[in-house]
Amino acid sequence: MQTNPVIKLAEIHKVYHTGEVDVHAVRGISLEVFPGEFVALMGASGSGKSTLMNMIGALDRPTGGNYLLDGTDVSTLDRDALADVRNEKIGFVFQGFNLLSRTSALENVEMPMLYNRHRIPSHEQRDRALRALELVGLSQRADHHPNQLSGGQQQRVAIARALVNRPALLLADEPTGNLDSQTSIEVMGVFQKLNDQGITIVMVTHELDVARFTKRMVILRDGKIVTDELVQNRSFAEKELLQLRAAQEAVKLAS
Amino acid sequence: MRIFASLRIAGRALLRNKMRSLLTMLGIIIGVGAVIGSVSLTSGATKQVEDQVSSLGENVITVFSGNFTSGAMRGGWGSAPTLTVADALAIAHLPHVLAVSPEVRDRAQILANGLNWNTQVMGESPEYPQILNRSIASGTMFSDQDVRSLAKSAVIGKTVADQLFPGENPLGQVLRIRNIPFQIIGVLTPKGFNLFGQDQDDVVVVPYTSHMHRITTRTFVSDILAEASSDKTIIQAQNEITDLLSARHRSKEPDFTVRNQADLMERVSAASRTMGFLLAGVAAVSLVVGGIGIMNIMLVSVTERTREIGIRMAVGARAADILVQFLIEAVTLSAIGGSIGILGGVGFSEFVAYLKDMPTVTPVIWIAIAFVSSAIIGIISGFYPAWKASKLDPIDALHYE
Repeated sequence: MQTNPVIKLAEIHKVYHTGEVDVHAVRGISLEVFPGEFVALMGASGSGKSTLMNMIGALDRPTGGNYLLDGTDVSTLDRDALADVRNEKIGFVFQGFNLLSRTSALENVEMPMLYNRHRIPSHEQRDRALRALELVGLSQRADHHPNQLSGGQQQRVAIARALVNRPALLLADEPTGNLDSQTSIEVMGVFQKLNDQGITIVMVTHELDVARFTKRMVILRDGKIVTDELVQNRSFAEKELLQLRAAQEAVKLAS
Repeated sequence: MRIFASLRIAGRALLRNKMRSLLTMLGIIIGVGAVIGSVSLTSGATKQVEDQVSSLGENVITVFSGNFTSGAMRGGWGSAPTLTVADALAIAHLPHVLAVSPEVRDRAQILANGLNWNTQVMGESPEYPQILNRSIASGTMFSDQDVRSLAKSAVIGKTVADQLFPGENPLGQVLRIRNIPFQIIGVLTPKGFNLFGQDQDDVVVVPYTSHMHRITTRTFVSDILAEASSDKTIIQAQNEITDLLSARHRSKEPDFTVRNQADLMERVSAASRTMGFLLAGVAAVSLVVGGIGIMNIMLVSVTERTREIGIRMAVGARAADILVQFLIEAVTLSAIGGSIGILGGVGFSEFVAYLKDMPTVTPVIWIAIAFVSSAIIGIISGFYPAWKASKLDPIDALHYE
């Protein structure tokens, strides 16, 4: 592929100095993710996947190695510059949704635009937020507050928020961890749809079922990559949902 | 981040905990309210006194004659006859003196209309009303011509008019002072009691020449009233008078005393300045207490909203954005508290004024001071919590439970 990678990690190390023992969480990871990819980062707890995720998300800096995000060397930036990178190049989706309570879905989606270095007029903020909500199929719920939305809907609002600044990379940390299986499939369906539109997604998960919705699986153990392969037998959300519904119907008929 | 968006975020955060916001503001509200209330009441009282003082004639200089010493016995001010009409006329020509009245005082039993009354009979020049800031309610003041001709014309105060001519118009009537008939040509506008409790309307005023030649047989005046050209030249005028009289009297020790109304004014405003400092002290203490309350609540708020701070940082808020957000919240709290306090203070003073029938004045400068200082308190007390919030690590903040 001739395009430049969105993520280019070269020999990334992360050492935590906590107390007397140094914790070597990430031990030399090199990884390239190209535009349009849909990657699952997998690993047991303690494998270093969360640490790697934080560094890819520009929330943390590596203690060794180089990280180019969309062509920018992120490994040397200061706090403010990292904040700008997060704002412009990355969209976050968290396990716990992390929406602001008592704030409407629309305003939650507008929030990242408040911190843009370039001023966005408020009517444009509104338009863009509404379009992002439309993309995740929630434009009817723009005025609802998080406590009036289901878990799946909240996660879709969070996805809309992640997309609103048109980031180069969508980063999801256990996005289905708090959801039941049907809602998980629905949310994965949203990710697949977005990926089909060309959005690059990196997702951390420990569930193989969820990882099978992606295109590429990277498995970590003890701070190193042990497996990096394309997904065989990829799941497709639409198909899975149909199967699930059929199964539910069968249960209903039986009872 | 735009200021408007920040204000909206701050407003929403404050509305989320209405009761807590109100209680937090209460410190500032009470502090500012107490200050504005007491400033209004004391300024009102001060203004009342100042009005009284200035109603005596703002730029009045009084020259008393010296004290009389006979052997070991020393008389008081005015006991020695040292001031003459010539002195007064000379003073009238000084550059910073606007008007002069040689004053002769005497108490006398006066008769009119079949009634009698004991009152103060004053010999004055026609400038008397101007100098003492008085006016003629009806009729006229006597003229320079009357002074030259030793006219038997009199201007009387309201009290005298009421006592001698109850229910009648005194104008044109005749009253007798030491059996000499004087025609009443004017009545002074009532002025009430002065600061020392004297009835300023219990007086009969006649030309000083008539007083000195017809009623009494004096060659010296009791004192001389002079008016300085303005309140700024009053000290100059006083010095000029002192120099002039020293030269004219050629005495080693001055045999006269020069006093001005500004001295009295000075004393009154010194008292109100002291009161002002006292109030400023109370204000400072109460605002500091209010500020501590705000700081406390802001610290709680930062801890409570650690996760929110983490989310904002994750989506790209810089440390400065978080700092500004919390600062604006603190300033909004204290500024709203200050505004409510100002309204409350004004309301309180108006209420007391209404109950006690006292004048109140709320100086605009104090409203400005109260508002600005409550905003400053907000900035100071909000800074530490806001700074703490801005220094949070986004990863820790996101995972804060």
